[in-house]
Amino acid sequence: MATAEAAVHSEGKAGGTPAGGLWSWITTVDHKRIGILYFLSGLFFFLVGGLEALMIRLQLMVPENDMLSAEAFNQIFTMHGLTMVLFAVMPMAAGAFNYIVPLQIGARDVAFPRLNAFSYWLFLFGALLLNSSFFLGGAPNAGWFAYANLTSSQFSPGHGMDFYVLGLALAGAASIVAALNFIVTIINLRAPGLTFMRLPLFTWMTLVVSFLIILAFPPFTIGTIFLLFDRMFGTLFFEPSGGGDPVLWQHLFWIFGHPEVYILILPAFGIISDVIPTFSKKSLFGYPVVVYSGILIAFLGFGVWAHHMFSVGLGPIANSAFSGLTMLIAIPTGVKIFNWIATMWGGSIRFRAPMLFSIGLVAMFTIGGLSGVMHASAPADLQQTDTYFVVAHFHYVLFGGTIFGLFAGIYYWFPKVTGRFLGERLGAAHFWLMFVGMNLTFFPMHFAGLHGMPRRTFTYPAGLGFEGYNLMSTVGAAITLLAMLIFLFNFARGLRSEATAGANPWKASTLEWATSSPPPVHNFDVTPEVTSRDPLWNDGVALPAGEEKFHMPNPSYWPLVVAGGILVAAAGALVGLPVALLGAAVALAGIYGWSFEPIH
Amino acid sequence: MASEMAHGAEAGGLETAMTHGSPEEPHASSRTYIAIALVLGVLTALEVMVFYVEALAPVLVPILLVLSAAKFVLVVGFFMHLKYDTNILRGLFFGPLAIAVAIIVAMMALYGYFL
Amino acid sequence: MERTSTGVPNEKMLMWAFIGSECMLFGSLIATYLAYRGRSIVGPYEEELLNIPFITVTTFVLLMSSLMMVLALSAVQRGDTRGSKLFLFLTALLGVVFISGQVFEFSHFVHEGLGLGRNLFSGTFFLTTGFHGAHVTVGVIWLLTLWAMAMRGKLGPEKSLKVEVAGLYWHFVDVVWIVLFTIIYLMSGASGA
Repeated sequence: MATAEAAVHSEGKAGGTPAGGLWSWITTVDHKRIGILYFLSGLFFFLVGGLEALMIRLQLMVPENDMLSAEAFNQIFTMHGLTMVLFAVMPMAAGAFNYIVPLQIGARDVAFPRLNAFSYWLFLFGALLLNSSFFLGGAPNAGWFAYANLTSSQFSPGHGMDFYVLGLALAGAASIVAALNFIVTIINLRAPGLTFMRLPLFTWMTLVVSFLIILAFPPFTIGTIFLLFDRMFGTLFFEPSGGGDPVLWQHLFWIFGHPEVYILILPAFGIISDVIPTFSKKSLFGYPVVVYSGILIAFLGFGVWAHHMFSVGLGPIANSAFSGLTMLIAIPTGVKIFNWIATMWGGSIRFRAPMLFSIGLVAMFTIGGLSGVMHASAPADLQQTDTYFVVAHFHYVLFGGTIFGLFAGIYYWFPKVTGRFLGERLGAAHFWLMFVGMNLTFFPMHFAGLHGMPRRTFTYPAGLGFEGYNLMSTVGAAITLLAMLIFLFNFARGLRSEATAGANPWKASTLEWATSSPPPVHNFDVTPEVTSRDPLWNDGVALPAGEEKFHMPNPSYWPLVVAGGILVAAAGALVGLPVALLGAAVALAGIYGWSFEPIH
Repeated sequence: MASEMAHGAEAGGLETAMTHGSPEEPHASSRTYIAIALVLGVLTALEVMVFYVEALAPVLVPILLVLSAAKFVLVVGFFMHLKYDTNILRGLFFGPLAIAVAIIVAMMALYGYFL
Repeated sequence: MERTSTGVPNEKMLMWAFIGSECMLFGSLIATYLAYRGRSIVGPYEEELLNIPFITVTTFVLLMSSLMMVLALSAVQRGDTRGSKLFLFLTALLGVVFISGQVFEFSHFVHEGLGLGRNLFSGTFFLTTGFHGAHVTVGVIWLLTLWAMAMRGKLGPEKSLKVEVAGLYWHFVDVVWIVLFTIIYLMSGASGA
């Protein structure tokens, strides 16, 4: 281990440290910088989404509250969902994909660095476009799922739903482009000897998630284009009077939406599958099973979408089919829980912050998974659907699952990215407060839901028995807020602390820990050769002798130009055709500039 | 969007995978391509003929599916070279295609096609 | 070309992955088309409008453009500059002919009363074939760009990967049309007489 670390990291090699300045960040094509941009943007929007959550909880704290009007509440809960799913969780995960995966596979960057930068800018512009709706006539207010035909121009006359379509078109395209890049990167840029079954689990899950993204987003894109055409050009896709079927929207949305939830959870599974072995000093138990179950979940995830539609009237045959497949998918998911537990069993456990969050995920996701299996039964779901029982379920898996997993990753990889540590005691405080807050907020929702409290309503009458549960939920939100403040303080302080983290402070086993913290621009002085899984534990990294010639890609502003052109074109859909054409022209010019840009 | 990293590995003894796009890889000749194009034309003509023959109306759909599938396979296998390519590329295409077809069939079922 | 783990160039793999994604894009359009077939409340209906003989010709044109494309790739790989220019141009030209056929068909339909928001057939037909046509248009622009490079002597065999990747895109767009021609036109229930 020591030889690998010492030989691979370099301080003095020319080009080891990146240039500073705003322009260098705007034109960067370095996966590490792009990863940081994604992460910080995601963190920002996580706070925005959290603020929206606090507003929801304050409004619902007491019955018949008038802090928020119904219209304001509808916009806030809609944007809370959209922001958390698309602008917080996915970008923070993308930050990890970007920074860590090339390092884990022993590569110097992703396959298409400029395309990578383009994905980031397009995501950012989509997020800003959608959020600008708050200031330009109102945000979308029909829920993140935007069921037709509430979203028609007749029933949603403002521009909120147009912002929905356009902002998500940009963000969706950005995700697809990034995912394509990662597929090629992971398949094609692995270090010599790094076979698929030697890949770290986080890289494996990134590959699986990338396939989910490129396959799940297109149906959503098509659905939103149908919606846009209905609203702007009078087509009848979701218009009942013209023979259109509003349920078609639900199909297209959930054909995307269900795989999307696996897109949200699998990266977290990948993270803890790397963290738990590290802090158990023991290899992942049943590595192939964890890999194959991830693939199976992804594949089956395309076959269960109508379990979000059990109350829509699809009929008993359809409901049974989707119900059965949904129960089936619980199997590969549950299997992973056993793998993680078996990894810890007999291991030498260190309860550092990454491990706390990982174990928290295992516990919280189990709870969320149990309520999920309850939803899988179509008859039972008829009572649960559209109540707070569902809200409880998905927050257990998304907050207790994904968010905890992302925090595990943050605490785990912060030393690698910055060369510094996040405070352990503050990290533990963050974890425990967040654990208490999260459970206090969402556990009562199971009861509120089964007692009949509906979702997506801005208030509730007194005397129905919902008061106590809602009050507890709001108190839990306050505790979670405190936990987040502690985290932010820890984060800011950590950035300014002394750079004492070496290449492999956790004594982990995967390749990102075989180079300095932070890595040089070129990641590795010499491309490592890998001869086993967990290479740093099994003496499975060889460093070929001799110097390696390589050339790092030059920075470029074309990705920003093309993304900017697309943003202007999207705005043109709202502002006017000349603007749309201008944006398209800028994007096209940018594509030519990009294609013919000299590489060296 | 050409890949940007020129990388010459002086690594001791490790043979890197050979580059693709070299003339040695197998592929059809120009004459084969023209022949395939003619077959595609004939298949299209057959499809249209079947469409016009009223007597075949009950079996129109299965016949068309077979003929179209044949055209599909010819274009994908020969023009797109997939017959000669690695399993990974085939997987990249047929996996998503299978999922897309499954979803189309499921939607057809949900909209009453198989009742 | 730089080393890749599979021996397949990155750009080629990217295009195949993209094509996989496009299968889902067109798949959703086709699923919708099929879901809404026969459900238009008012006419004009597909049986009255679809002109099979005309579209058979444009279909044939697009198939031949795929032939031109493989011949173009062959020429570029061999360093045959005349062939490169000729076949790239012909591919693009046949693509333009196909698009012109679409434009003609669309305007005829509109003239017959099939506005975009007329009925379910109009919405699904125009958007499905329109998406396809937009893809063809992008392909034509791409091919003309390559042709311009060939005209300036900048498309030698060392750049054949660019042509190969463009070819994959172009053939896929043709394959999609094979499916659409069958589903929309030949299985339309339009009178075969």
